[in-house]
Amino acid sequence: MPTRVAARTASKPRREASSPELRPGRSFQDLILTLQMYWGEQGCAILQPYDMEVGAGTFHPATTLRALGPKPWNAAYVQPSRRPKDGRYGDNPNRLQHYYQFQVIMKPSPPDIVDLYLESLTRIGLSHEIHDIRLVEDDWESPTLGAWGLGWEVWCDGMEVTQFTYFQQVGGFDCNPASGEITYGLERLAMYVQGVDRVFDLDFTGRDDERKLTYGDVFLQAEQEFSRYNFEHASTDILLQHFRDAERECGSLLEKGDAGGRHLMALPAYDQCIKASHIFNLLDARGVISVTERQSYILRVRDLARGCCAAWLKTEGGGA
Amino acid sequence: MPELLLELFSEEIPARMQRRAAEDLKRLVTGGLAAQGLAAGEAQAFATPRRLALVVNDVPARSPGSAEERKGPRVGAPEAAIQGFLKAAGLGSIGDASVVSDAKKGDYYLARIERPGRGAGEIVAEVVPDVMRRLPWPKSMRWGWQTFTWVRPLHGIVCLLDGEVVPFEVAGIESGNITRGHRFHGNAPFAVGGFARYVKKLRASKVLLDPAERIEIIEARARELAGKHKLQLVEDAGLLAENAGLTEWPVVMMGHFDEAFLQVPPEVIITSLRTHQKCFALRDVRRTASKARAGERVAGAGSTVGEQRQLANRFLLVANLEAEDGGAAIVAGNEKVIRARLSDARFFWEQDLKKPLDEMATALRGVTFHEKLGTQWERVERIAELSHRIAGAVDAVPEDARRAAQLAKADLVSGMVGEFPELQGLMGRYYAESAGTKPEIARAIELHYKPKGPTDTVPKEEEGDSVAIAVALADKLDTLVGFWAIDEKPTGSGDPYQLRRAALGVIRIVLENDLRLPLGKFLRQCLALQTTTVKSPLGLADGLLDFFADRLKVHLREQGARHDLIDAVFALPGQDDLALVVKRVEALGAFLETDDGASLLIGVKRAASILAIEEKKDRTSYDGDYDLRLLEAPEELALAAAIESVKQDTAAAIAVENFKGAMRALAELRRPVDAFFDKVTVNVEDQRLRQNRLRLLSQIRTATMTVADFSRIAG
Repeated sequence: MPTRVAARTASKPRREASSPELRPGRSFQDLILTLQMYWGEQGCAILQPYDMEVGAGTFHPATTLRALGPKPWNAAYVQPSRRPKDGRYGDNPNRLQHYYQFQVIMKPSPPDIVDLYLESLTRIGLSHEIHDIRLVEDDWESPTLGAWGLGWEVWCDGMEVTQFTYFQQVGGFDCNPASGEITYGLERLAMYVQGVDRVFDLDFTGRDDERKLTYGDVFLQAEQEFSRYNFEHASTDILLQHFRDAERECGSLLEKGDAGGRHLMALPAYDQCIKASHIFNLLDARGVISVTERQSYILRVRDLARGCCAAWLKTEGGGA
Repeated sequence: MPELLLELFSEEIPARMQRRAAEDLKRLVTGGLAAQGLAAGEAQAFATPRRLALVVNDVPARSPGSAEERKGPRVGAPEAAIQGFLKAAGLGSIGDASVVSDAKKGDYYLARIERPGRGAGEIVAEVVPDVMRRLPWPKSMRWGWQTFTWVRPLHGIVCLLDGEVVPFEVAGIESGNITRGHRFHGNAPFAVGGFARYVKKLRASKVLLDPAERIEIIEARARELAGKHKLQLVEDAGLLAENAGLTEWPVVMMGHFDEAFLQVPPEVIITSLRTHQKCFALRDVRRTASKARAGERVAGAGSTVGEQRQLANRFLLVANLEAEDGGAAIVAGNEKVIRARLSDARFFWEQDLKKPLDEMATALRGVTFHEKLGTQWERVERIAELSHRIAGAVDAVPEDARRAAQLAKADLVSGMVGEFPELQGLMGRYYAESAGTKPEIARAIELHYKPKGPTDTVPKEEEGDSVAIAVALADKLDTLVGFWAIDEKPTGSGDPYQLRRAALGVIRIVLENDLRLPLGKFLRQCLALQTTTVKSPLGLADGLLDFFADRLKVHLREQGARHDLIDAVFALPGQDDLALVVKRVEALGAFLETDDGASLLIGVKRAASILAIEEKKDRTSYDGDYDLRLLEAPEELALAAAIESVKQDTAAAIAVENFKGAMRALAELRRPVDAFFDKVTVNVEDQRLRQNRLRLLSQIRTATMTVADFSRIAG
């Protein structure tokens, strides 16, 4: 069929143009570098991780805050993500309390964003000529951020490799224009392209010499130690105090930064919101938050997020 | 006549929404055309993951024109009236109107408004954008700078009338004749003409437009693959439809998993394959047979879920790709994911088995059932007590019923049910069986949730499930009483706690087992066990009985019973024994089919209507005994005698629940009643005589009241 041939020949030269020296199927770092290169080519600013503990790449102000307001914004970055409850002392082949997400945010969402994403899979070795790529309904909601969107989880041969979301609201505010958010679970993706069953066996550097390094060499000890901390030893009294402090500081910054039509400290206030959110996650892992309390904590963080988003909309970045 | 072809091309539409969206599109577009005077022919709608399509046949080229005459003000009327008329009639000046002479009332203006028919294209260009704005997606979204909302970003609109593009614009997209095929096999744009060519071209681009065809292909190919390996497909219509909604070009393939996973109950494997991976499980017919012969216990044997037979360590997946490597990578990838999923399931299974059910049950202390109704633990205690009491009425060992109830909810805290809530009950049964619990108790843990819906079965006494019956009834009664107590009754618009289903469950268990259960008594006992304070306990029990009566009416009506007969029986006092109510209704229905029954009904109705009129006239009631001495006519005496014997006979028959007998006894009234109305005049001059006869009539009512309230019977 002519259509089929045309589609193939169109996609081939582009793939050959990708850097031959990167081998995303061989090492974890090459996977990351390939994605960075690719999204850089698409006009995304390649940012660095946010320097705070967050539960997901969405929390980076480059997504949460930049998704709001009319200004175009295109960025991609790796974000170390901490989920204290998911730690398994390094015993589970898939579960980690610290892992990496690769996050892409494009505002306004370009009409070809799905095609751009699919091409990125080809770049990392998941060619749609042999892999079954499917977009399966999965809407996203973050109760702590007061954010939601519609989209899919992307399946590759039955495995979820990406969360794809069109943001509709953040902090309770409409996203106008709407952003497209793409979140790759890097370890899972790497395990698939490397053909590895245990995350700690991932090849990190892709070398056969004495500088060969696995994911476990880098992170296994951390998983064990942080699981102990998260589940057993984190001082709940101190954490509770930290939560209250972050909450109070956030409120205070929101108030002090408010200069009428403008806001002068949306970003520092948002840092405190991030902090409160992570401390809540730690407290949750320590098992000291009951079911009913849980909801009230979530609402407290959401109030902070809402306040920060409102403040952001009164800054230059927010289009004020 | 021309054909209308519409395709709305978008990013991937959730599988569960496709069918409904296609139906809505068809309904709204054909409805919209009809409202504009275009009575089109047959329409068909289709959906794939990336498109909704609609073809409407025989669209008339134009809508019919219309002409209308509008009477205006008289000639010389005030300017305001003239202007109002011109505006209403759509005329430019009064010269456009004609003048009608009328000698009596004076001349007046008349406007002839002619509306020419409109071209179909013009109408379609109006209707389709309007429908697109109104199509009721369960959830819809914005993208980019768009303010238009759709289920996912919209990319193309094909709108052709008789092969010609109908131009319009929605969401910044101009309608045209260009579409695309399969995302990976045929993504290059191509032009579309008529529907037949459209379907053909799509097929060439690896898209099967009709979901029914995709379902058929998946099913046929799945059976074929299973058969080739001497395996049997585990049927699942929902999964079939879902896969058809996830593929434009379905390709079925087979994968393996480690045989060791088959230690896990088959339902767990089936559920894991289905919910997480949308894959089909397969049964190994030969293995089942050989194990059964060897007397080996087959995992899940005797399970009522219907997965009694041994699964094979294979599965079927449905891809959306004809892969260049023949699918090797796809199968390998799916096997890898399924390995991880089944490892999780096995982990839960093994972990759960280490924990005794009693220990799990204790953990229910920490699980809230409902904010106002306490914890699951408290609820279990109530259900256990009530099960114990109900047991006697259903031939179950009371202590077994109590024990089963104590364990019935324990699996809610198991790892497996946490992962797969739909396996509640079944897992508890497995865990109980593995701990050597008595079989009827273990079965009760699974079966007490039944019936789960109108098509589900109920536990049966004759299958040895009396314990399950006791717990199932107690569970549902406690739910009903609890939510009634906190005033969370179902409303016309909603029934969030599925209380109607619970009541219907009780009704079906009672009727299908022919149980004699004084419902009122158990409702009151159940109420006494509640910890919530109830304002008016008696009113609550009565209210719930009324609710049961309503549900029973609905249930019987669905089975074809006459609702007036149900009303007639429920009008009698103390009707809380559902099985008896039904028997009475059946006997009454059969009786009314007979000559005697039909005539008697007429007689009773006639007596009632005479009574009603006279009682109203005299402002009194003629209830009560007549004076035997005042009876004169032989027909009067015969009727009185018949009434007395019928009263005794029906009461005696009903006392032994012999409703047919009661009806036969009642039939004895027919002739005396007929004869009475033939020969005896009720409204005679002599008031004493008249009143006595009216009292005699009232006794007909009383006599029939032992069986039913005849005044509620239609006819």
